[in-house]
Amino acid sequence: MTPSPGGDAVNWETVVGLEVHVQLLTRTKMFCGCSARFGDPPNTNVCPVCLGLPGALPVPNEQAVRLAVRAAHALGCAVHGRSSFARKNYFYPDLPKGYQISQFDAPLATGGALAFLSAERGPVTVRLKRLHLEEDAGKSFHDRVPGKTAVDFNRSGVPLIEIVSEPDLRSPAEARAYLTVLKQVLGPGYLAVSNCNMEEGSLRVDANLSIRPAGSAELRTRTEVKNLNSFSGVERALTAERERQIAAAGRGAAIEQRTMTFDETSGEVRPIRSKEEARDYRYFPEPDIPPLALTDAWLAKEQQALPELPAAKRERFETRYRLSAAESAVVTATAAIGDYYEGLAAATDDSGKETWNWVANDLLSLSPDGESIPLPVARAAEVVGLAKAGKLSRQAAKRVLPELAAHPGDSALTAAERLGLLQVSDAGVIEGWVRETLASHAAEVARYQAGETKLMGFLVGQVMKRSAGRADPKAVTAALAAALAT
Amino acid sequence: MTDFRKAARDAAARIAACEAKGTHAFLAWSEQSLLAQADALAAAPSAARGSLAGEAVAVKDVIADATFPTTCGSRILEGWRSPFEATAVRRLREAGALVAGKTVCDEFAMGSSTEWSAFGPSHNPVDPSRVPGGSSGGSAAAVAAGAVAMALGSETGGSVRQPAAFCGVVGIKPTYGRVSRYGLVAFGSSLDQIGTLGRDVAGAARLLAAISGRDDRDATTLDRVPLGEPGPAATTLAGTVIGVPREYFPKGLHAGVAAAARQALERLKGLGAEVRDVSLSHTKYAVPTYYIVAPAEASSNLARYDGVRYGLRDGDASDVRAMYRATRGKGFGPEVRRRILLGTYVLSAGYYDAYYGKAQRVREAIRADFARVFASGVHALFTPTTPTPAFKFGENLADPLAMYLSDVFVCTANLAWVPALSLPIGRDEGLPVGGQLIGPMEGERTIIRIAQALESVTDATAEVR
Repeated sequence: MTPSPGGDAVNWETVVGLEVHVQLLTRTKMFCGCSARFGDPPNTNVCPVCLGLPGALPVPNEQAVRLAVRAAHALGCAVHGRSSFARKNYFYPDLPKGYQISQFDAPLATGGALAFLSAERGPVTVRLKRLHLEEDAGKSFHDRVPGKTAVDFNRSGVPLIEIVSEPDLRSPAEARAYLTVLKQVLGPGYLAVSNCNMEEGSLRVDANLSIRPAGSAELRTRTEVKNLNSFSGVERALTAERERQIAAAGRGAAIEQRTMTFDETSGEVRPIRSKEEARDYRYFPEPDIPPLALTDAWLAKEQQALPELPAAKRERFETRYRLSAAESAVVTATAAIGDYYEGLAAATDDSGKETWNWVANDLLSLSPDGESIPLPVARAAEVVGLAKAGKLSRQAAKRVLPELAAHPGDSALTAAERLGLLQVSDAGVIEGWVRETLASHAAEVARYQAGETKLMGFLVGQVMKRSAGRADPKAVTAALAAALAT
Repeated sequence: MTDFRKAARDAAARIAACEAKGTHAFLAWSEQSLLAQADALAAAPSAARGSLAGEAVAVKDVIADATFPTTCGSRILEGWRSPFEATAVRRLREAGALVAGKTVCDEFAMGSSTEWSAFGPSHNPVDPSRVPGGSSGGSAAAVAAGAVAMALGSETGGSVRQPAAFCGVVGIKPTYGRVSRYGLVAFGSSLDQIGTLGRDVAGAARLLAAISGRDDRDATTLDRVPLGEPGPAATTLAGTVIGVPREYFPKGLHAGVAAAARQALERLKGLGAEVRDVSLSHTKYAVPTYYIVAPAEASSNLARYDGVRYGLRDGDASDVRAMYRATRGKGFGPEVRRRILLGTYVLSAGYYDAYYGKAQRVREAIRADFARVFASGVHALFTPTTPTPAFKFGENLADPLAMYLSDVFVCTANLAWVPALSLPIGRDEGLPVGGQLIGPMEGERTIIRIAQALESVTDATAEVR
């Protein structure tokens, strides 16, 4: 073993691997017909199967298998034609059968990778160990009834996939970046196999962290951090755990293999279980469910049905629309935004750069969630058309867009007229505004005529102001130049 | 149309008579329920024309039914009323049967005598000083006592055939997956199967026909059309090859049992069957294999009885671990506790491969033994059902191993998933002796046909020569 570099953080490298649980967006639960909806009144979506009543049996949900396979394909995993379920046995009040149906030695998928951009290391590819299907447990509430624990079984039996990464992450920030990309791929923006909402628990993370002397390739004793409820929580918890381990190493203390919990309020990590207390889950093959057999043809069909994923879309946009990587990322945040971008570029006959400005600077701000733009592409194209034709200034266009989103039945022209934002290029009207402006700015006119020509910009601005932004700036400049020359 | 109320009253009278004699076959039954079902049946045209219209059928207490409690013979589920009924029970009702009541069994079907019932054992109607066998002892006793003509039992390792043999009735254990397990309270899920008991082969077969078939609620059911009703008994078995596995006739086999089996084989030959010696070389490993696989699965299946949601709760609920211990310690009887401990042990980290892993491999070998014999032209196997006739109360209670060995000839079919049945083939010193027919996977029709022919030339109440 390399000699200890002490308690100085710069001498240590952080090694992180993540186990991510993702709730699948199925209508019904993994092994019964109960609704899998989040947020219903407690214990209303339950039946003999998900309550583990005597004699009830699980029957796998095909849609859950399909969504898990879709996720596995998107992450480049090898999906196995034959996998099987196993029982993970432990006692807990919110685990109604006394075991969780999961997968153990024959998971649905193994391998795979997820690439993301690390602020520290540039493009990073994280290898994946496995992706398997399992059912969720119920939810315990320790604060609803004084002195008692209340259990809601609505979540019991909701389908989950667990995605286990190799320890390829090197910092808390990288862990967060990895999760952000994972959410982008699996969440509503692309595959829509899950809501991937950490606050609602549809994406949950357990993180394994160890430290090693910088430059070393060894894997040292790791701890597992649980109870991570937000992306920022992951980063904060791992930072705290890294600091705890480095401090311990600095004191010459050994890192013990244990499970830690993160306290969101205090920002501290605390041990909850040592290795000696580690549970023996007594896995064995689930006898109630025959092995899952997926044909090559079905798997191939699912693979083909996969949408274009963020990384591929980003690269294609960079080439096709000559966007930078950063620009491309903005308009490929979700598949819907990507489609919008491409639709608007086509509708306005644009090579892409100008469209990027419209989408990134004007249209995305209309989106309440950053997932899609609530305005038909054709309406946006009308606005772009008016601007190009000089009938609408960019500033005015920015005001027309939300008006159109609120009244999608209107044409862009109607909305602009109603707001009085249509640009005026009538020479007579503009000359009138110019005359009035010059009359009230005699001093500036004199300075201009004395050679201070940079005042032209100021005077154009004053005319625009007088026109309440409606004057065509080109026509104003021309009219001013003519008036001042005389 | 049948007078269903009369059928219900007659059934109630027969059950009352059976229980008045002290048989204690039933944990719950009522004339009122029988009459209510009869009235419902009269109003339901399709069920009233069903294959079991108006016939009373008793149901083992490990099978969920929405009328009576489903206690599994355990304190931990005392008074438990299932909010749903088993698919097999639903199919009984659809076929027009009247559910007569719930029968005594060993706790969670773990036992071979009903002595492990938390609510008292059943008595063998042939000799009340003897056990009826188990775990479906109450169902076998109910049929033997004439309380009902048919009953549902369940098997994990011979729990229908062994009591059928002890009580002198017919018991069928179908192919794994033939009957839905939905609503059968799980013991060893990869072995469990609902079976049927009847006064004769046709009765047990008719009951099986009514409950068999694919069920969307049980992913392990076979996707096959339900079994049909049995035909009339064949008068010849010419062309049928019956294998006699030597491992089932060990040295020192009970003389009466051996004699009865020999006599039955003579009768099969007399019917024109070819009888052939065969070997199933892994038979000797069946009991140890069974006592690893079944307890392992049971330790997991019985984890749900934790006092949190239903059933017994004991101890201070503010300490959940203490509550689990108190509830399970008090709610489970000694045999169930023994098997949970055994099963937990064999699944533990570091022991899995040596026990459960190895048992699964031996199980494959046992299955391969059967497959090989049936591929060699043998249509069915004939063996004694049990090594001895019914034993006396208390005889094996202190010696679990002796109790386990009463299932030595029956647990192989559960491990191999093949169908098997037991029919009475004579009596030894007044006690019934059972003969077992084992068929290949999905070979129920074959063993039922052979059993019907053998039954037609057998006086099962006669002493063996």
